[in-house]
Amino acid sequence: MSAFLKLLFRNRLAAIGAVVLGLILALVLVAPLLPLPDPDATATSERFARPFSEGHILGTDHLGRDLAARLVHGTRVSLAIGLFAALAAAVLGSAIGIAAGYFGGRTDNVIMRAIDMLMAFPYILLALAIVAALGPGLRNALIAVAAVNIPFFARNIRGITVGLAGREFVDAARLAGMGHTRIILSEILPNVLPVIVIGISTTVGWMILETAGLSFLGLGSQPPQADLGSMLGEARAALITAPHTSVVPGLMIFLIVMSINLLGDGVRDALDPRLKSGALARPRATTRVDRRGPVPEEPAKGLLDLQRLETQFHVGKRVYKAVNDVSLHVKPGECLGLIGESGSGKSVTALSVMGLVASPPGAITGGAVRHDGEDLLSLPYDALRRRRGEKVAYIFQDPLATLHPLYRIGEQMAEAIRVHHRISDREARARALELLRAVRIPNPESRLGNYPHEMSGGMRQRIGIAMALANDPEVLIADEPTTALDVTVQAQILALLDELRRERGLAILFITHDFGVVAQLCDRVAVMYAGRIVEQGPTEEILARPAHPYTARLIACVPELGEGKRELAAIPGLPPVVDSLPPGCAFAPRCDKAQEDCRKGAIDLAGTGTHDVRCLHPEVTP
Amino acid sequence: MSTALKAESLSKTFSVSGGLFSRARPGVRAVRPLSFSVETGETLGIVGESGCGKSTLARMLVGLLPASEGSIEIAGKALDTADPAAFGRLIQYVFQDPVSSLNPRKTIRQIMEAPLRLLHGMDRAARAARIAEIFGSVNLRDEFLDRYPHEFSGGQAQRIGIARALAAAPEILILDEPVSALDVSVQAQVLNLLARLKREFGLTYLFISHDLAVVEAVSDRVMVLYFGAVVEIGPAREIFTSPKHPYTRLLAASAPVVGRPLAAPEQKDSELPDPLDPPPGCAFAGRCPRASDLCRREDPALEPMGETRLAACHHPLED
Amino acid sequence: MAGYILKRLLSAIPVMLGITVIVFLIMAMIPGDPATAILGSYATPENVEKLNRDLGLDKPLVQRYFIWLGNMLTGDFGRSFSLNRPVLDEIAERFSATLILAGTAFVLCSILGILAGAISAARQYSLADKAITFVVLIGISVPSFFLGMMMILLFAVNLRWLPVSGMYAIYGGGDLPDLIAHLAMPALALAAVATGVIARLSRSAMLEVLRQDYIRTARAKGVPERRVVYGHALRAAMVSVIPVLGIQAGFVLSGAVYIEMVFQWPGVGRMLVDAILKRDILLVQGGVVFVSACYVLFNIAVDVAQSLLDPRIRT
Repeated sequence: MSAFLKLLFRNRLAAIGAVVLGLILALVLVAPLLPLPDPDATATSERFARPFSEGHILGTDHLGRDLAARLVHGTRVSLAIGLFAALAAAVLGSAIGIAAGYFGGRTDNVIMRAIDMLMAFPYILLALAIVAALGPGLRNALIAVAAVNIPFFARNIRGITVGLAGREFVDAARLAGMGHTRIILSEILPNVLPVIVIGISTTVGWMILETAGLSFLGLGSQPPQADLGSMLGEARAALITAPHTSVVPGLMIFLIVMSINLLGDGVRDALDPRLKSGALARPRATTRVDRRGPVPEEPAKGLLDLQRLETQFHVGKRVYKAVNDVSLHVKPGECLGLIGESGSGKSVTALSVMGLVASPPGAITGGAVRHDGEDLLSLPYDALRRRRGEKVAYIFQDPLATLHPLYRIGEQMAEAIRVHHRISDREARARALELLRAVRIPNPESRLGNYPHEMSGGMRQRIGIAMALANDPEVLIADEPTTALDVTVQAQILALLDELRRERGLAILFITHDFGVVAQLCDRVAVMYAGRIVEQGPTEEILARPAHPYTARLIACVPELGEGKRELAAIPGLPPVVDSLPPGCAFAPRCDKAQEDCRKGAIDLAGTGTHDVRCLHPEVTP
Repeated sequence: MSTALKAESLSKTFSVSGGLFSRARPGVRAVRPLSFSVETGETLGIVGESGCGKSTLARMLVGLLPASEGSIEIAGKALDTADPAAFGRLIQYVFQDPVSSLNPRKTIRQIMEAPLRLLHGMDRAARAARIAEIFGSVNLRDEFLDRYPHEFSGGQAQRIGIARALAAAPEILILDEPVSALDVSVQAQVLNLLARLKREFGLTYLFISHDLAVVEAVSDRVMVLYFGAVVEIGPAREIFTSPKHPYTRLLAASAPVVGRPLAAPEQKDSELPDPLDPPPGCAFAGRCPRASDLCRREDPALEPMGETRLAACHHPLED
Repeated sequence: MAGYILKRLLSAIPVMLGITVIVFLIMAMIPGDPATAILGSYATPENVEKLNRDLGLDKPLVQRYFIWLGNMLTGDFGRSFSLNRPVLDEIAERFSATLILAGTAFVLCSILGILAGAISAARQYSLADKAITFVVLIGISVPSFFLGMMMILLFAVNLRWLPVSGMYAIYGGGDLPDLIAHLAMPALALAAVATGVIARLSRSAMLEVLRQDYIRTARAKGVPERRVVYGHALRAAMVSVIPVLGIQAGFVLSGAVYIEMVFQWPGVGRMLVDAILKRDILLVQGGVVFVSACYVLFNIAVDVAQSLLDPRIRT
């Protein structure tokens, strides 16, 4: 709770909202103690007194009633009615929504049909109909406003509940012997509660506006009782002659609603876990480059050469060193495997090459990425963009998420070519067909008109590959391209990639966590652990004689087919989090060969140049 | 040896809403009638690719999903109610996604206590003792009990999931891809823990996975599913080295193996049949290099092939 | 596509029937009988009873509903006692005025809202973003009727740029420029809140979409940033904006009631408020059903637009 408040008030706007609202609340709470005249006492001789006149600090209305007194009392009524309506709508709507979402099936169907029916009305017509039936009055206006807002809560909460009801922890609760009531109360409700609170905090302001609106129309509070809406409604006739009678209640509504909105937004942001890490920042067109040291000026070793690359994520005060002093190179026609576990920095390395790391929070803080000798990190945006897809192309992991859902396959492929080359529609289509044939897609003509969701995972990944090949790039960066696929499909995709590289002389940087895949496809392999390359060398040699204890133990962990039932090798402990790396070797805490010197200073990658290892006590000397 | 679990022509058909004005469709058969049994103390591996019905089968076995047809027997007793609580004392489930299987707003202690209180009616002291005992067996520290799920890594969360399943003191555990979401180095920790727990508590496992090497390493027998039906059952040590069914061979040949050259395994079409419009005959015929007219006409039955093996194929592979 | 439209139109039938049932039931809850309301409390019991019989109010509820529904289907919405003319004639006249006002406001808020949202997302944390966010916050916090009143004070009374109220000038008006001059303030005041809501939603939808993997793919292909943001991202963001346009259309129609009061606009909203205060039930019933039915049709158009944009929901 206190963490929530801290988070809430770190948001300056929310704090302002809270202060303003707090002042207004304090004012209406102490109202009975204030030396205010009777708000309903009329004095026609003093009608339309200007503000700051004798005895009436805000002036008087058309019946000579004191505006300040009416304002305070009216605010009290409006706030109470708005809050109460919001709570009533939230409780009833959420209960309906949870029931519909949790039980699903017929219950859901019937309830949601009824809700849809209510939402088929423009809301005020329903409210007007209710007031027409019950008669004008504050209580009836409240009922009408609450009633028209029930569908809003019911719908939202139902959506959340449907998602929760399908979650595995609900299944687990059923297996633990819980009944429906208990599951709803102890498993579902705590998880929807933040959403309900967000719903209330973002709609209270709206409900105050709506009740004020009904009063403004003369359907809410009845004379002589004041609320802010009726004050405005009564003042309307004298708008031109005595504008202050309108401005005073109008400004008050505005202040209340704005402070509630500010506070409500703050509550929403503080309760939404995605917003905590600042994740809703817009990623820039290219990763921010902020190199602290000099740009390495070593001669490039391959077509693509990463030199001492450093990429970090800055989240709040924490600095995650995702990629730390990584040097790699790929020659034409060569396939380099970059292997590591989740969080090792292998994907960030791959995305850093063409500046695709989301920024903020990512930033490249050191090193160079040379393509054909030229440092890509120093290029201005447009020059970098012209190389994306043209010289260096990417294939990503999940082909459903990485293709645009609303464009046809043909459009997406044509676009890949057209952002780099001026060609006609016919040529683009012909080229797309040719590419689809190259990746062995049956029926390519009909596939051009398909959308991604109409294809299987394997087919989508073939499209992804075809699109990457569209401009005959020199380098292909494949970021776990087969991880989301079934084994039989994975085998096809790997064979296809291997063939393409041999035919076209492509340089491939292949990111994976699977040693089996590396062994089959890659000429050389680099092993990453906690943001650093710990070993790199020819694939066969590393598989046969791993030098780094981590490589050796990781290979031993991978079960292979054909060895029968057995105990598996494991590495004790967990990989470190890259915002608090230990000094020295990051693997030392899990390593059985670690000694005192491993935990001291930085360790260099050393070896023959073809096979290097970052270890003081390697398994074998490369 | 006794039979721990027996499924008799168990099947699941999901109805497809045809819309208001179109005719009702027959529905999708996620699991076609299948029968099998598991011996006490055995580990039965279940493999298959996405869409083969392995998760649907698992959910039916623990009562989370009512079966359309067929029956389930646990320890010789028929369980025809679909009440998960009735299943809960006999059979428990370990989920694929360790984090999503723990309620984010409950402490680990609250999560652990639910089955003890509701399935076994233990009092507070008995619960604390039992939780300490289980946490000891799965190598988790007691101080974890007052933390929330998001504070744990995948491997730790999965051990908590296993501990929760064990708390109900079941005889059978269904392990639904328990290590797929974990890194290899952590995966082995969890698999070895599972093997030890099985010995300690005399459990029976149904181990579901898409990873053949993992299944082979932990199972006594393996059941291969394709398109909602069993295509082959046999001992783990021989089913992948000498498969009878061409699909089993395709799976085995597709698994990447160090030292084997890369080649697309022999198959004609990479697509699964449309579940809304299943083909007559063998579901694999479209992808099978050995398919004949007979295969496209008649669905082969699961028949014994050799002493320990069953396969559903008109033209099984020879050794 | 034609099949989809037909399906949506057919599915509107039960919704419209539901609307008539809800309206009828709400009106049936009215305590006392309409005849007393019409004749006043000094009417003799005989007269009240006679009027009740003439209005068919002595029949059972279900039968009354079907009579009312049947009449409406043949275009007979009954007769307004307060105006002493057929309900449908009055609604048709009033609704066209509301349509001009609400339609203009809707077009305004859609265009302005989406544009403001897209720009402020594309330039997150820039001066433009902060300015837009500030204006939007004011827009959604100020009651539209108060905004309208302040606009009258400023533009009509002080600056004398625009007419105070009404739809046409009383003398010599009636042409398009005259209509536009009268329309400017009410349409802007009415569009304010919806513009704010749509701008906020467009901004957050854009920010959400810009983090998606397919945006990264577009960048990896070398698509220029302008096209990434205003092509790929905006198009995907529209998937979550368009349904809200449908909802906001309802809010614009609702807000029109207040704005019509403020600006003396001869629309259906003012008619309904008058009818409620005079307890002219048939006019209220007819008005609510008629406007709601139009809103249902509009929402079908929104659904169709959505399905044109998003192939995943075309079934």
